[in-house]
Amino acid sequence: MDFETVIGLEIHVELATKTKIFCNCKNEFGAPPNTHVCPVCMGSPGVLPVLNEEALRLGIRAALALHCEVRQSSKFDRKNYFYPDNPKAYQISQYDEPIGEHGYVEIVVGEENRRIGITRVHLEEDAGKLNHSAYGDSSYVDFNRAGVPLIEIVSEPDIRSAEEARLFLEELKAIMQYCLISDCKMEEGSLRCDANISLRPFGQEKFGTKTEIKNMNSFRNVQRGLEYERSRQEKILRGGDAVEQQTLRWDETTAATILMRSKEDAHDYRYFPDPDLPRILLTGAYIEDRLKEIPELPTDKRNRFEKEYGIPGYDAGVLTASRALSEYFDETAKHVKDPKVASNIIMGDVLGYLKTAEKEIDELPMTPAHLVELVGLMENGTISSKIAKNVLKDMMESGKAPKVIIEEQGLVQISDEGQLKAIAERVIAANPKSVEDYRSGKEKAIGALVGQVMKETKGKANPQMVNQIIIDLINQA
Amino acid sequence: MSLSKKDVEYVAALARLHVSEEEKESLSHELSRILEHASELQKLDLDGVEPTSHVGVTQTVIRKDEPRESMPPELVLQNAPDAEDDQFKVPAVMEG
Amino acid sequence: MVELGIGIRQLHDALQRRELTATDLAEDSIARIREWDKDVQAFLKVTEDDARQRAKVLSGQAPQGLLEGIPFALKDNMTTRGVETTCGSKILSGYIPPYSAAVTEKLEAQGGNLVGKLNMDEFAMGSSTENSGYFPTRNPWDLTVVPGGSSGGSAAAVAAGMVAFALGSDTGGSIRQPASYCGVVGLKPTYGRVSRYGLVSYASSLDQIGPITNTVEDAAIVLQAIAGHDQRDSTSVRLEVPDFVSALSGDIRGLKIGLPKEYLDLGMDESMRAVFDTAVNQLRALGASIHEVTLPHTAYALSAYYLIAPAEASSNLARYDGVRYGFRAKDADNLLDMYNKTRSQGFGTEVKRRILIGTYALSSGYYDAYYKRAQQVRTLIRRDFEEAFEEVDLIISPTAPTTAFKLGEKTSDPLTMYLSDIYTIPVNLAGLPAISVPCGFISGLPAGLQMIGKMFDEATVLRAAHAYEKATDWTSRRPQIAKGGRA
Repeated sequence: MDFETVIGLEIHVELATKTKIFCNCKNEFGAPPNTHVCPVCMGSPGVLPVLNEEALRLGIRAALALHCEVRQSSKFDRKNYFYPDNPKAYQISQYDEPIGEHGYVEIVVGEENRRIGITRVHLEEDAGKLNHSAYGDSSYVDFNRAGVPLIEIVSEPDIRSAEEARLFLEELKAIMQYCLISDCKMEEGSLRCDANISLRPFGQEKFGTKTEIKNMNSFRNVQRGLEYERSRQEKILRGGDAVEQQTLRWDETTAATILMRSKEDAHDYRYFPDPDLPRILLTGAYIEDRLKEIPELPTDKRNRFEKEYGIPGYDAGVLTASRALSEYFDETAKHVKDPKVASNIIMGDVLGYLKTAEKEIDELPMTPAHLVELVGLMENGTISSKIAKNVLKDMMESGKAPKVIIEEQGLVQISDEGQLKAIAERVIAANPKSVEDYRSGKEKAIGALVGQVMKETKGKANPQMVNQIIIDLINQA
Repeated sequence: MSLSKKDVEYVAALARLHVSEEEKESLSHELSRILEHASELQKLDLDGVEPTSHVGVTQTVIRKDEPRESMPPELVLQNAPDAEDDQFKVPAVMEG
Repeated sequence: MVELGIGIRQLHDALQRRELTATDLAEDSIARIREWDKDVQAFLKVTEDDARQRAKVLSGQAPQGLLEGIPFALKDNMTTRGVETTCGSKILSGYIPPYSAAVTEKLEAQGGNLVGKLNMDEFAMGSSTENSGYFPTRNPWDLTVVPGGSSGGSAAAVAAGMVAFALGSDTGGSIRQPASYCGVVGLKPTYGRVSRYGLVSYASSLDQIGPITNTVEDAAIVLQAIAGHDQRDSTSVRLEVPDFVSALSGDIRGLKIGLPKEYLDLGMDESMRAVFDTAVNQLRALGASIHEVTLPHTAYALSAYYLIAPAEASSNLARYDGVRYGFRAKDADNLLDMYNKTRSQGFGTEVKRRILIGTYALSSGYYDAYYKRAQQVRTLIRRDFEEAFEEVDLIISPTAPTTAFKLGEKTSDPLTMYLSDIYTIPVNLAGLPAISVPCGFISGLPAGLQMIGKMFDEATVLRAAHAYEKATDWTSRRPQIAKGGRA
């Protein structure tokens, strides 16, 4: 019997606000412990929450970007549980009236377009951070993160493989970044993912017993964790046993899932409407305004790039992975004759450079306008593509205009036929063997002669012209 | 409506309260009496009646996203029962 | 010595005429506390050094506002930056708040002189102040009876003349009932009128801060000082604050007053009935018209309240976990043990009882049957009042079914204790403003008349109470203990 994998994801995204969701402390990663705290986010006796308008705005924008229906009337509830990082012993969250419901995200799996349903999007506050002593006898609490605004996104169990889960997450991350909702840095915890996974025989409608996996702190680990858990469950089912409903933790070092708690320890969170926060009532105009804030989303942009610039789907996928990259490409491709050239340069040289330099595209000194200029200089033959490669490297490091670099270094391509002919004659005279080889049918031998000319001109000679001149000279002789 | 000792144990565990055997006995009795009183509410027909969780303010209340100074460090840990390295110290938390 | 109970305006005038200084007032307050508080036990903390220093600064100048230099005290569930705030609970023993409540800031900004923090039932849960985690407070009229609660310390301190006024908080009657038991004026403003920022929460959707004073005019003056929108409290309303003092015209001719017929069946004893009937006649004599109104869901108010308040409390009090502040039990084996021991040793019996009830009412499988139903009943009770207020301007009742009871008399049975709030609880459920004004004596103990107003119509409540007060002399009566100090 073959089993179908059923996966649903729960994603927490920290919102890119200046301040926390219910107080004016800074929302900032990496500060010294307990420096971004106040009585409100520490849960001191007598304090009250006041909603950050930007958190609400970003939350609604996120719900709309995920094609959710937005509730015009929603509320905050208290989720009650004791934990040292939870200062009030309740988390302000949303229970039965989330801001957004019934949305979806579109992904491309292989050649297939898949639509993954979004059950709900709701606003809540983050908890503090626990650190553990080396000896394991104590834990330490830092409340800087307590009260950072979050949205929780719950997907429908529409995902059918670990790879799909990763693709879904990548798409979700791109959407959040495109909409400036979050920086989505998994390594800093601004995007976190838990997964529910179960197996069922193909054709069966009823879901199998699921397990929940936590602590998968990178896209790679999400995929690995889910793959591991899928085969673990499959083994159990094939052995004729039943999967137990459990919460598991992905352990990166052992590359295995570890039991955190079984179903019996399930929580009773005693949700009830937070009496300190009046309902959230939104007008149609407010929601309309949030809709206007949503830029062209990755899927739409991908399709447009393919159509408008005639680049392959693969290229479009790579170039729309982040909003900044897609805008960089868009700005460049718009102004060049052949957008595929721009695509090749950005996907190859530029991304390669950024990776080695450990930089983001928005940190790149080279402007799209300069890149357009460079491509133009290549197209009109001012410089060779070989020279262009070096100029590009300089541009990416210094931010200088290509013309400036070319002038400074005297790199203008030699396209003067007389000048090239003189050099070519010299080279032919000095390499009779290559000439002989060419004549005897070894077409490749021409390359050695062209190479010599390039060497003598320090690469500045126009290679196409040199090629033609040498052939003509030999044939004439 | 009456509360068994088991109910008391469950609720006390949720509320992180330790109750002794005698307390369980008396609490199940007292709480049952209070809940009996509350069971009067079951007599009412409340179909279609909206619950009231707030009175007074009916509009959305929001504030500007403007950072303000956080607490001075000496005040943060001033009341901490136990602290170390600018953090609140608690007995070890098991992952979970 | 100065009589602090003569009225805030009178004290202010004397300060302006330089017959008195802020230091005289502070010293008088401190001396009275010294002399009588060992019997009354209204104060949890006396901040005499701060008060003296403040008075010294204020004594050098002619007072600007009405409250400048006036000694007052706060119920100990309002935070005071740098001054221990315990909520009457051992679990907050030694807790020094890093910030002051909105009301503390307002009163201090207007020159009020804080002389101390007042005893209360632990976390405001109680009707007698016997549930204080420290000691019970006694009624200045008779030291063997309770002052009421939970703002028992506030009512007793004002009745004994130890301060000119105090603030209390009212969740189900905790300002009005002790005011009634101690023969002083207690006003619960409309929910949202006074900022709750810095009021340690008991039941957030019901809690409201208000004045406990010697006279109705004082109540108007103090309400004026503490009312108004506060952006730190999302439940605080953005409404213009009317001039409460100038509303005290003394004239209630044509005022329509409602008598809820359901209230008369609620276990009011004969002598209370007689006092109440007299008050009704006096109001009629002042030109008000009396109408019977109906509040059909009154019988369900107590049950709804005793689900809603504990449910909210169970969540509000969960933060006392020994991690960030307050008491932490020693010798805990692990984290869970630390939580359990800290909370079990730190909270008193009544608090634990209400936390358990509230936890139960919210727990899985019971939410709809208990908490949600109670919130629905709350809607019905609100509607009852709305309908009644289409007919009348004001609704009156006794504040409590009886006068103050003996210490220890009701502690064994929580349910009978809860019944003493029967007239006050529906008001909190509906969020309405209400006052308790002295209306007579039964066997030497004061009785209170409750006047309930429409939402945000404290002005009418105060006007009616003031007219009634002027026509009677109940508020001018002081217990022997307070008279003892008269110059």
